[in-house]
Amino acid sequence: MKTADPSTLVVNGRSLRIPAGDRRKNLLAYLREDLDLTGAKSGCGIGVCGTCTVLADNRPLRACRTLVAGVLGRRLTTIEGLAGPDGGLHPLQQAFIDCGAIQCGFCTPGMVLTAHAFLLKHPEPTRDEARRAISANLCRCTGYQQIIDAIMAAAPCYRKKE
Amino acid sequence: MKNKAWRNDAAAKVTGRTRFTDDFKMPGLLHAVPVYADFVHARLIAIDTAAAAKSRGVVRVIASPDVPGSNRGGQILKDLPVLADDKIRSHGDVAAVVVAETRAQAIAAARRVHVRAEPLPEILDPEEALAPGAALIHEEHGTNLIHRHVIRRGDTTRGFAESAFVVEQEFRTPFVEHAYLEPEASLCRVRDDGVVEVRGSMQHPYSTRRFVAEFLGLPLARVEIIGTPMGGGFGGKDDTAALVCARTALAALLTGRPVKMTYAREWSMRESYKRHPYRLRYRLGVGADGRIRAVQCRIVADGGAYCSTSPWVTWRSTVQCCGPYVVPHVDGEVLSVYTNHVFTGAMRGFGSPQVNFAVEQLVEMAAEAAGLSGVEFRRRNMVRQGSATVTGQVLEGHAVSMSDVFERVLAESGYEAKLRRCSRGRGEDDYYGIGLAMSYRGVSLGAEGADFCAAVVSVQFDGSVLLEAGIHENGQGAESAMILLLAEELGVDRARIVYRRPSTSAVPDSGTTVASRATIMGGGAVSRAAAAVRLQMAGAVAADLGCRPEEVRFAGGRLTAPGGRDVGFDEAAQRLYRDQKYPYALGVFPAPRVDWDESCGQGRAYFTWVYGCQAVDLSVGRRSGRIRLLNAWAAHDVGRAVNRAMLLGQFYGGMAMGAGYGLFEEVAMTGGRLRSLNYDTYRIPRSIDLPDMTAIVLENRDPLSPSGAKSIGEPANEIMAPAIANAYFHATGRRRCQLPIGGEK
Repeated sequence: MKTADPSTLVVNGRSLRIPAGDRRKNLLAYLREDLDLTGAKSGCGIGVCGTCTVLADNRPLRACRTLVAGVLGRRLTTIEGLAGPDGGLHPLQQAFIDCGAIQCGFCTPGMVLTAHAFLLKHPEPTRDEARRAISANLCRCTGYQQIIDAIMAAAPCYRKKE
Repeated sequence: MKNKAWRNDAAAKVTGRTRFTDDFKMPGLLHAVPVYADFVHARLIAIDTAAAAKSRGVVRVIASPDVPGSNRGGQILKDLPVLADDKIRSHGDVAAVVVAETRAQAIAAARRVHVRAEPLPEILDPEEALAPGAALIHEEHGTNLIHRHVIRRGDTTRGFAESAFVVEQEFRTPFVEHAYLEPEASLCRVRDDGVVEVRGSMQHPYSTRRFVAEFLGLPLARVEIIGTPMGGGFGGKDDTAALVCARTALAALLTGRPVKMTYAREWSMRESYKRHPYRLRYRLGVGADGRIRAVQCRIVADGGAYCSTSPWVTWRSTVQCCGPYVVPHVDGEVLSVYTNHVFTGAMRGFGSPQVNFAVEQLVEMAAEAAGLSGVEFRRRNMVRQGSATVTGQVLEGHAVSMSDVFERVLAESGYEAKLRRCSRGRGEDDYYGIGLAMSYRGVSLGAEGADFCAAVVSVQFDGSVLLEAGIHENGQGAESAMILLLAEELGVDRARIVYRRPSTSAVPDSGTTVASRATIMGGGAVSRAAAAVRLQMAGAVAADLGCRPEEVRFAGGRLTAPGGRDVGFDEAAQRLYRDQKYPYALGVFPAPRVDWDESCGQGRAYFTWVYGCQAVDLSVGRRSGRIRLLNAWAAHDVGRAVNRAMLLGQFYGGMAMGAGYGLFEEVAMTGGRLRSLNYDTYRIPRSIDLPDMTAIVLENRDPLSPSGAKSIGEPANEIMAPAIANAYFHATGRRRCQLPIGGEK
């Protein structure tokens, strides 16, 4: 799963050469400020709330507690990279919309990516497993119920092999 | 899926394209940060900014002498120094603002601002603050009492004399943090037309405009607040959010460059106002017939260092101090008091969660004393069609559905069968309990103040429609609800309609998006504007259709006469333009009249009411004491479900927040200093803390609401904590009269 060159970072399929000066940067700040990928948010700065979640080789990562150096050579997916190349929504994103899982939207990018990583590994989850899968991502608006509905609704799409 | 949810901003939010305030960039952007002083109560001697000003990257350090307008802000009393001037009154007070080329430079320099002050005695207990001779927090106010409401009805002496049973109990509730996921942020610039343009994470653009304009000494027309997506508010993005905007605007004005100020979570929790902690003392008398005869109460709210909305919050507590019950004799007072705690203000519920926590336990205690079940006791005492409330308001003109929501929850939850299974502190296994609570809630602002709202509907030449309203999208789906209402009123597809994010310079001051008023007030204004536009369009085509304008029906994107002749919506729009007229209207919905006599706390407090009931069952670890929620049910009469999925989201989200309030939420403080400064020390419900919840929607269209819809945001939030407390009692046999319940061992 590693890219060939440990001095590059693949972000949403785009290979970036990272100059030495950028490697000490905080990953969340780098994504938001240098790459203008502002879908990942800063909600707490201490890795507790999950709004900064991005995926590294399809595993959730707290960008606010990670240095760029820590993800060199890996494939990062941010929320901007989840939709298809044609801009069409990913089935999980569509399920979030259809199930009413979105309110203020601040937790949504991290929540979607966490759920995506979970469904890739567990395409036939129980409702309880889905509930546990998002337990490290905070949402103050929804009470989580429609988010869990969305995960369950999207799960069949993961069973058909992406 | 049968009924797919819809909201206008969902696709942008789910792809990360939505730009919240901190996501914006501008050329030449500077970054500002606040400076706090480690004092709780102190007389300011000097703020030494010299070292900070010389720090790397620093462009400007701003303190109160730099303020061109009035430094004192506030929605009711202007008692809050936007930048500390004479005193520090709480640990959250902001002494200065550092502006630098980068945020890191600003943070580094902020540590070099030195605040010199002479500590004063800290007053942290409201009762001590009220004691004669107590030091004053605001000397010019003359007392530490912010406000005192009274409610007097009948004659409690007689009421208690007629009572066969009397229960007395004290209840306490804690400071609670809104914990919106997006911390406060603002981005300001001075435009070339001289207007100060403000973006920010706030739910009250018009109040923010007043704060900014007064602080800068500018007329309202010179300040424009641009609606910006907001990451949660729950009542909490009012005063503090406006203060952040005001300070950022001043930084932009003084530096001549755009400035952004984004709060760290620790600053947000330290400075932002909280839900009021209440101490509630109640005495309730019941006749031999099981009917409530009298209630006496004294409620004291800790207002913290500044007034904010304390008088309004405690007014709602006053009106709803006896819950949804008929009580002939009432004698109560509700006080809000200055202390040196962080200030308190609006939070979802707005003075109701505290009194509901007390009253909904008190009635069960009274039922027990009278030898009745809580169910039977509520049936005998709840308000019904035509009942008079404790403020003398006769409930009429709308469906008083208290009994309906109550009976629906009983039925759906299997309440009475489950009640018989409750452990009551007995048995070998974990304890099991079920409990419920109910409320009525006055809709919108009531007699708090002027309550009206505006919306602009502008049909374009091609039949597309622009909608703009003075309501802010807090995340609840307010924009979507108004689009759906307009689509229905004009008989067009919702895809024709674009909701234009409001600017305070475009839509007249429509008040704040709080008090669960977005759908009823915003929707009301949309309905009025749509009615006017319909009349304009029908007038242009009626003659051709061979009917009178008022006979034209709007449906399916067409205007149709009773005989069946029709014309397309876009063609009708074009006809108007060719006649040199605009299909355009400003709709205004003024809330129906209310009245209030503050001297005795009597009057028609709210123009309509929402009725709700919630139940929860739970288990309590016999050894661990750990509380686990098993199921939760909620029934609310919302008038009309405008956007069902969003409505359910309000049910679930409200219940979840109420569960956190009941179980574990509490801002920890020591000597006026907050110890809960981030999500590691302030716990909000996670997915695994909550059960699957059941939402029961009742729809009795409200005749006083043009759209028929009422409210849900706060009703859903205000009764979960007492339902949990009652379930806990039925599980363990122990009454918990202090929130949070999971906090006691």
